[in-house]
Amino acid sequence: MAAATATLEYADRASREMRERAAARNIPTIWDRYEDVQPQCRFGKLGICCRICSMGPCRISLKEGKPPLVGACGADADTIAARNVARMIAAGTAAHSDHGRSIAHTLRLAADTDQADYQIKDEDKLRALARTYGIKTEGREARQIAREVASAALDEFGRQEGEMVMPTTAPAARQRVWKDLGIYPRSIDREVVELMHRTSMGVDADYRNILRHGMRTALADGWGGSMIATELSDILFSTPRPLRSTANLGVLNPRHVNIIVHGHEPTLSDVLAVMSRDAKLLERARERGAEGITVAGICCTANEILMRHGIPIAGNFLQQELAVLTGAIEMMVVDVQCLMPGLSELAKCFHTMLITTSPKARMPGVQHIEFREDKGRAVAREILETAVDNFAHRAAEKVYIPDAKERLVAGFTSESVFRFLGGRYRATYRPLNDGIMTGRLRGAAGVIGCSNPNVDYEKGHIGLVKELLKNDVLVVTTGCDAIACAKHGLMRPEAAFAHAGQGLQEICRAVGIPPVLHLGSCVDNSRILRVLSNVVAEGGLGEDISDLPVAGAAPEWMSEKAVAIGFYFVASGVYTLIGQPLPMMGSENVRRYLTEEIEQEVGGKWAFELDPVEAAHRMIRHIDGKRQALKLKPMMYAQAFKSEG
Amino acid sequence: MSKIIAGAAIRGAHKLVKRAETALAEAIAQKGEDAAVEYPNTAYYLPIMLLFLGQRVKKLGDLEESLAEARKLLPEVPSDEVWLPYLGDTLDAGVATLIAEETIEALKYAVGPGPAGGLWLGFTDDATLRLQGIKLVDGRMPGFAAIVGRTGTNREAVDLVRGLQERNILVFMAGHSGGRAIAEQLAEEGIQMDWNTFLVPYGKEITAAVHSLNFAARSAMTFGGIEPGDMQAARRILLYNKNRVRAFVLALDSDPDTPKDQLISDEKYATAAGAINFGFPVISDVDIPQILPTGICTYEHVVANVPLAEIITRSAEVRGLTIKIEKIPIPVPYGAGFEGERVRREDMFVEFGGKYTDAFELLRMKHPAEVEDGKIEVVGPEIDAMEQGKAYPLAILVDVAGRQFQEDFESVVERRIHEFISCANGIFHMGQRAIIWLRISKDAQRKGFKIRHFGEILVAKIHNEFSTIIDRVQVKLITDAEAVKKPMEEARAVYSQRDDRIAGMTDEDVEDFYSCVLCQSYAPNHVCIVTPERLGLCGAYTWLDCKASHQINAHGPNEPVKKGECLDPVRGQWKNINDYINVKSNGNLERFNAYSILEEPMTSCGCFECICAIVPEANGVLIVDRDYTGMTPVGMKFSTLAGQIGGGTQTPGFVGIGKLYISSPKFISAEGGIERVVWMPKALKEEVAGRLQERLKKIGREDLLDKIATEEDAETPDQLLEYLRKAGHPALRMDPLL
Repeated sequence: MAAATATLEYADRASREMRERAAARNIPTIWDRYEDVQPQCRFGKLGICCRICSMGPCRISLKEGKPPLVGACGADADTIAARNVARMIAAGTAAHSDHGRSIAHTLRLAADTDQADYQIKDEDKLRALARTYGIKTEGREARQIAREVASAALDEFGRQEGEMVMPTTAPAARQRVWKDLGIYPRSIDREVVELMHRTSMGVDADYRNILRHGMRTALADGWGGSMIATELSDILFSTPRPLRSTANLGVLNPRHVNIIVHGHEPTLSDVLAVMSRDAKLLERARERGAEGITVAGICCTANEILMRHGIPIAGNFLQQELAVLTGAIEMMVVDVQCLMPGLSELAKCFHTMLITTSPKARMPGVQHIEFREDKGRAVAREILETAVDNFAHRAAEKVYIPDAKERLVAGFTSESVFRFLGGRYRATYRPLNDGIMTGRLRGAAGVIGCSNPNVDYEKGHIGLVKELLKNDVLVVTTGCDAIACAKHGLMRPEAAFAHAGQGLQEICRAVGIPPVLHLGSCVDNSRILRVLSNVVAEGGLGEDISDLPVAGAAPEWMSEKAVAIGFYFVASGVYTLIGQPLPMMGSENVRRYLTEEIEQEVGGKWAFELDPVEAAHRMIRHIDGKRQALKLKPMMYAQAFKSEG
Repeated sequence: MSKIIAGAAIRGAHKLVKRAETALAEAIAQKGEDAAVEYPNTAYYLPIMLLFLGQRVKKLGDLEESLAEARKLLPEVPSDEVWLPYLGDTLDAGVATLIAEETIEALKYAVGPGPAGGLWLGFTDDATLRLQGIKLVDGRMPGFAAIVGRTGTNREAVDLVRGLQERNILVFMAGHSGGRAIAEQLAEEGIQMDWNTFLVPYGKEITAAVHSLNFAARSAMTFGGIEPGDMQAARRILLYNKNRVRAFVLALDSDPDTPKDQLISDEKYATAAGAINFGFPVISDVDIPQILPTGICTYEHVVANVPLAEIITRSAEVRGLTIKIEKIPIPVPYGAGFEGERVRREDMFVEFGGKYTDAFELLRMKHPAEVEDGKIEVVGPEIDAMEQGKAYPLAILVDVAGRQFQEDFESVVERRIHEFISCANGIFHMGQRAIIWLRISKDAQRKGFKIRHFGEILVAKIHNEFSTIIDRVQVKLITDAEAVKKPMEEARAVYSQRDDRIAGMTDEDVEDFYSCVLCQSYAPNHVCIVTPERLGLCGAYTWLDCKASHQINAHGPNEPVKKGECLDPVRGQWKNINDYINVKSNGNLERFNAYSILEEPMTSCGCFECICAIVPEANGVLIVDRDYTGMTPVGMKFSTLAGQIGGGTQTPGFVGIGKLYISSPKFISAEGGIERVVWMPKALKEEVAGRLQERLKKIGREDLLDKIATEEDAETPDQLLEYLRKAGHPALRMDPLL
């Protein structure tokens, strides 16, 4: 494994500077620790180490010339690899969905009283969602409706009979595919529980059967838990609209109290962002010698409050430590997911207070201020005051904020497409569909996902995205890829003229959009599903998501959540390419199933490619294939990459 | 949107909304909030407000609400860097602009001076909309062009509009460039501009361009039957226009004092943004930024730098217009745009018929051996031998032959002679049979127009339009006074035989009625059923016309429908007809009665010649035609009445009819027929008097005609009742209508 040689040479300047600074001060960061754990377990990487019972761990040898071995119980590489991958899906689904569940609880809280710290901000969306659930809206108050919507959403988790309702918003043809294959999800918790059961010792040994249930579980995430998280967050915190902001460590202000919010949920961070503008708090900051308060985000918490409030982004997953290293952070407030335990040691080198807030995510030796939705504002005030008070402890000599930030436009949603393409009266997806049909746009790609020290930081994201843009492929993005694109200036509308092919440039010029559209956090990948459904509904590009000339990618994936996301896209009919392969390459059968045979069943399939340009070309070949199947017009302008045939 | 266009349009919207607010404040200061504001003769209030806001503006105070809504729609001007998406914003700015422009134009009527005057026509009323709209509906006009600005020279202006007229494209004109408008250029060249020539100058200011869009808005409400009110309806109206009204904007020449990359004023871009909401693209002859990606319009949104010589062809491509360019071998331009053109005495070279000489036209079916295709013969002096200002006799004798041709079709084809000849520029034709009147203008004569060219037109057009039933056409033109006499007598005998044959035909005589779905391109839920005794409500299609049309094109808009079992002989209801309309109205209608006004009457597309409406007080009905703009005794003008019944909806008590139906024995026979008619406008009464008197004679009620009131006798129910009592009108003694 050569991954330990991964460099930051493709990364943004701020990350490179801060990494060098850490090295110079002998402060270990993720890249150092990653080197320390080399060489990594080969069996683990290949997905053929089984430790689900205490007869194991059993490792399957792949030595040439020998017949493949089986585990003590007789489970072969196929069963073991499939079970391992499936359990990643379960974990990823659980993470997104548990996030969705807490938003649903918050909505119920908001529905109970108009005194709650959370209120209904988007009544239109509430009513639209109510219609999906068959809840009466006419002549009813928002809170009445919200109560029933919250209950209906919570029912999706624990339903014991029948099927989930949210996936009925998928195109009809897609729902038929799921029903025919027996993978239409029934309820979120049920699919996760059943998956854990099936993959426990001595239950399901058929790798296809295991992975099909994996898809069912993933669908309960994408068209369930994640979608609930997105939809209800929009209702509670408002549906994003296009707005401007800035990204990268340079957003930190040396003269301000700097507070980083990090993690994934908007419930606390949204209140923090709003309350940080409170006059009394600003006065308190001034009394402590600060000129103001800057709240900035890391990871998907950042994306949530960027999308709705334009709060600047400090960085993505691999920058969480680099932010602390600036010495200018009074407090890093974390909620759940993608939090490096290594932060706690690092924070000790600075005055930075690390605060955990979720009972689900605590760290030894780290101060915990527990967040509860029923007293959101009080907790937020306590946190903010503590942070402000900590300004006095900042050591000026340790402060270094890289002079690197980039402007961006974010706030795109499946709903805002209608509005920014057609205005109030002609709200439509037509210009997008037309763009593809007439050959100005070759297609669209969702590029999403994590950052990972096992590849050159951001080479995968930026290399891939730029190659797609060059070939007239419109890119939508979420999560840490979105932050990477923002830092590299690809979310400025001007970027179209520097990076996009002529057709894509014309679309961007006509609409006024950047060539890369920020759709939000990683639960907001559900927005991409919505966009795809809307494109199908607009007409002219087939009957199902699998007919569309689109592809997905997570070039630097890391989390189990990315596996769940990948599977729900594949099961929704999307060609999905990731950098490092899924940990199942020890089974040729599982590999063949996931990268070939599965396409016959669901229309989408997996692909693995580390080279970003080749990855883009593979996605474009797939897109071209779909264009041909739809008998679309040839591309309007000469293309940089020509796929043969 | 190019950002330049977006920026300009949004700036323009801000300016126009501000201007409208100022104008409104002044108007209210002068007249008060309760002063009325309305366009003349429309049932659609201020159509733009009705469309976008669902608002029925009646008084000045209402406009404050309209402008408040417009202001809410005004977005920010896109920033120089890191701009936010502006396409949707620009479209919204366009809507705000139209609301502002509608306000400014309507205030001209409310406060004065009125916008119509000189060469400018101002608002198009509903009657004209319906009359002209049918041509857009049935495809005679492929679309309309809204011209903004001017051309370099007057010659170019004339060439451009002649080109548009030749292609039957309706032309609206508004706005100027550097103080000069294309309509002024045309006026200097003596071009006739009005609804007859399809050249409609709305006003010199760009704000008058809103009249093309309130025309378009009403098309959707009138013919599309879309009830305005909410956002969904507004969207449907706009999409109706995108899909069915083939209109486009020609932005000609640049404006002074505009940036080099913008060239055209902010206000014009703002108005264009409004038009793009309707799916109407902009084509310009100057080098403005282009918007090529498609989506809001069917094809490109803004296409620039098109030379004037190519601009019509390019516009047709951009808007997806199907243009049948007719090359008739004559030396003057030819197209429907010239159909209504008059030739005044001082412009006339020679004339034929009228009250001056004998003139007639006759089309006969002949054996193929007797018809030499394309042969044109002139008997008597050609134009070169005629003296300027004089009247000459004229016989137009057309012989046709074709395997599929039937004698019944003679009158159908003959009736088209008027239209065929009128479409030549500089030629005037009116009337039919032996009451024709033609003029050839000095200009046409100068260009080399000859008598034989009447023949060229007829040969070409008849082949063109009737190719499936006619194989051979020959034309004989007689201008010799003596030689005209005998054929004229023969012609009169033929006319008389034809009348007897058709007049004798009843609904009971035939197995098949004909459907007409010609208007479904505009009124998708309406279907006409044409019977021998009830012609289409537009007045243009009799049962025979439909039969011929079906012969000509079996997959065309007319098809035979077997009557099937008669369910109600009195009201006129048949089983198969019901089944047919159910399918063809997209499930909108289950049944209808051909002879009843009260119970499930026939629906209308919107292009009816007349409306028949009950007058409960008088126990009768009135009939009002679309040319009558005054008040009727039911307290509604034609335009308001028309608003009740268009778009394929069944409205008991109201029905759209063709004029000929008035003298039919089946005229609302379920309710007692012609004796129910208590009121008609004077002009209409005079027009139908001849046929009506014959009908009345047959039923022994010759006295009825005088008992029918006109606007001179009554404009209110009370006046009407008084008149009817005095006259002893039979309706008062008939069974109660309700």
